[in-house]
Amino acid sequence: MSDSGYAIDVHGLNKHFGSKHVVKDLSLQVRKGEIFGFLGPNGSGKTTSIRMMCGLLTPDSGTGQCLGYELVRDADAIKRNVGYMTQKFSYWDDLTIRENLDFVARIYQMPNRREVVDRTLENLGLTTRASQLTGSLSGGWKQRLALAACMLHEPQLLLLDEPTAGVDPSARRDFWEELHRLAARGISVLVSTHYMDEAERCHKLAYIAYGQLLAQGTAAEVIAGQALSTWAISGDNLSSLSQALHGLPGVAQTVVFGGALHVSGNDDALLETTLREAIAGKPLQMTRVATGLEDVFIYMMNRSSDNFGPPP
Amino acid sequence: MMRWPGFSVARWWSIVLKEFLQLRRDRITFGMIVGLPIVQLALFGFAINTDPRHLSTAVIAAEHSEFTRSYLAALRNSDYFDIVATLPDEAAGRQALAQGRVQFVINIPAGFTRKLLRGERPALLVEADATDPAATGMALGALNLIAQSAMRKDLTGPLARLQAGPAAYDITVHRLYNAEGNTQYNVVPGLMGVILTMTMVMMTGLAMTRERERGTMENLLATPVRPIEVMTGKIIPYVAIGLIQASIILLAARFVFHVPFMGSIAAIYIAALLFIAANLTVGITLSSLAQNQLQAMQLTMFYFLPNLLLSGFMFPFRGMPQWAQFIGNLLPLTHFNRLIRGILLKGSGLAELWPSLWPLLLFTCVVMTVAVKFYRRTLD
Repeated sequence: MSDSGYAIDVHGLNKHFGSKHVVKDLSLQVRKGEIFGFLGPNGSGKTTSIRMMCGLLTPDSGTGQCLGYELVRDADAIKRNVGYMTQKFSYWDDLTIRENLDFVARIYQMPNRREVVDRTLENLGLTTRASQLTGSLSGGWKQRLALAACMLHEPQLLLLDEPTAGVDPSARRDFWEELHRLAARGISVLVSTHYMDEAERCHKLAYIAYGQLLAQGTAAEVIAGQALSTWAISGDNLSSLSQALHGLPGVAQTVVFGGALHVSGNDDALLETTLREAIAGKPLQMTRVATGLEDVFIYMMNRSSDNFGPPP
Repeated sequence: MMRWPGFSVARWWSIVLKEFLQLRRDRITFGMIVGLPIVQLALFGFAINTDPRHLSTAVIAAEHSEFTRSYLAALRNSDYFDIVATLPDEAAGRQALAQGRVQFVINIPAGFTRKLLRGERPALLVEADATDPAATGMALGALNLIAQSAMRKDLTGPLARLQAGPAAYDITVHRLYNAEGNTQYNVVPGLMGVILTMTMVMMTGLAMTRERERGTMENLLATPVRPIEVMTGKIIPYVAIGLIQASIILLAARFVFHVPFMGSIAAIYIAALLFIAANLTVGITLSSLAQNQLQAMQLTMFYFLPNLLLSGFMFPFRGMPQWAQFIGNLLPLTHFNRLIRGILLKGSGLAELWPSLWPLLLFTCVVMTVAVKFYRRTLD
C-alpha cells in the first residue's frame, strides 16, 4: 500500500446500470482525518459511488485507492479497514443488540470480542437493553447502533450513506459531534446527506447531480465557485413576486426561505436593476445577503437537470 | 484457530451462530419444520389411501338364517364394511345409495338359504356406489372371499360337499408388499424425500433471499466474509433441521405405520445426509436467481412439482412414458426414493444401492458448482 495522505483518492470512476450512466467520471479526494460531505439530489449516484469505494460494486472504468488499497484488486483489504453504514438500517432485526454486535465482532475476527462488545454497549448506553431485539429500537437508536457496529473493527475510513435520514434534530446533533470526535482521532469520514446544516459541518464538500460531480471543496469554495449574488426580498405576496420574477433578465432562481424570497443571479448589476424595477412602488424591502449553500445547491441542481435528458 | 487461504473458520462459525439465533426466533418456520412432516404424514399416510376400509354398508335381509347371520358377522369382522343400517326393501337401498349415506347395499334375497343347501349357488346382490372405482374395488374383491370363508365354517357335516364351490372366489385381497403399489409401506418412506425436498429447498432459498430483501446482504457483502463461508454457514442449521425431519418420519414409519426396517439405520442417515446436501445446493442456486422471497417460493414450487410427480412417489415409475422417466432420472428425489425404499423394505446393501447413489453425488457436485458461480459477491 502506498501512502498518499489521502484516505480516498479515485479518478474517473464510471458505472452503468443497463443503459443508464449512473456515475460519470467521478474523481474525488478525501484527506485523512477529514469529514467529507457528499451531497446531491435523490438518484444522483451518491450511493453507487460509495458502494464502488467500499468494494460492493465494480466500477466499469476508472481507478482509485481507499486507504492506499487499489479499488478492485484489494477489495478484501478495503472491506477489512473500512466501515460502511448503509442507507437503510441493515443489521438483523431478529437478533438482539448484543447478538448483532457479537456477530460483527466475529466476522471481523476481533481477538478481544467480548471486551469490545461490552465496551461498545456501554458507550452506547445500551448495556441494560443488550438482550432487547434490535427490531424494537427507535430510528435514532438504530442509527447509533449502526454507527457503533460499523466502527467496531476500528476502521480508518468511514463511508456513511445518509446516516441521519429520518433522525430527530437532537440525535443528529449528537451524531455529528461523535463524527467530529472520530475525525479528531484521525479517522476519515465520507458522509452523504441532504441536510444543509450537516453540509456546513463538513470540512469539505462535493456536489453530485445526475452522476456528475459539479463542485468540490470547502463550503466557501463551493459557494464562491458558482459566483452567485443573492438578494433577500421581504414583505407580503412573495409567491406571486416569485412567479413574476421568473425569466426576467439577470434572475437565475428564486427560492422562498421562511419570510424572505432569495433571488440569485450571476450578473449582480443586472440582477439589482431588475429587482429594483420589480419591487418599485410595492411595500417590499430588498437587502443583499451572502449566498448560502442551499442557494448554490438548488442552482446547480436546476442547471444540471437542464442538461439531463434521455440518451440520444 | 484453523486458517487457510480465503476461508476462515471463525467467520464461518459466526454465520452458523447467527443463523441458529435467527431460526430460534422465527417461530413460524420452527413450527413448519415440525408441522410439515406431521401434516404430510397424516395426509399421505392416512388420508390418501387407495385401499380404503370401513365403508358404510346397508343390508337388506329378506330372510334370517344361521348362514346369513354368520355372513353378516364375517362382513363386520373384515374391516372393509361397517354395517350402518338394515333396510326393509330395495327402494330404500337405492335411496340410501343415491344420497351417499352408504357405499354398499348387500341384498340377501328370499330363499337364499334353501337354494344354498340345495347347491344351487344362490346370488347375493351387492349394489355399490362406484363413483370412485378405486374406493370400492378392493372391498368388492374382499366380498367374495368373505362369503367363501363364512360358508366354509357353516357348511360342515353332511353339508361339507357344498364346499366344493366354483373357483370364482379366487380374488386375493390380502396383498403382499408390492414395490410399485401404493401401500403405506411404500408411501411413508417416500414421504421422507418429499418432505426433505420441500423444506430444504424452500428454507435455504428463503434464508438467502431474506438477507437480500431486508438489505442485510449489503451489510454482509461489505464485510470480509467470503461467499463460501456465507453459503456453507447458512446451510449447517438446515442440515440439522433436515436430520430432525428425517428422524420424525423414521419414528412415525416405525411406530405408527409399522413399516419394516430391513436395512441399517446408519445407511438411512447417510442417504438422507447426501440427499439433504443435494437439495441445499438447489436451494442456494434458486436463491441466487430469485430477487425476493416470493420468487424463491415460486421457484421452489417449480422445482418441487416435477420431483413430486415424476419421482415414482405419486405414480409407479415404470408406468410413466419414456420421456417422463428420463426427466425423473435427473431428479434427486427419484434416486433417494429408490435408496430409502431399498434400505427400509428390501434391506439393500451398498452394491444394490450404488446405481442410485452415484447420480445423487453427481447431482450435488454439479449444482454446487453452479451455486458458487451464481453467488453474487458484489451488488452488481
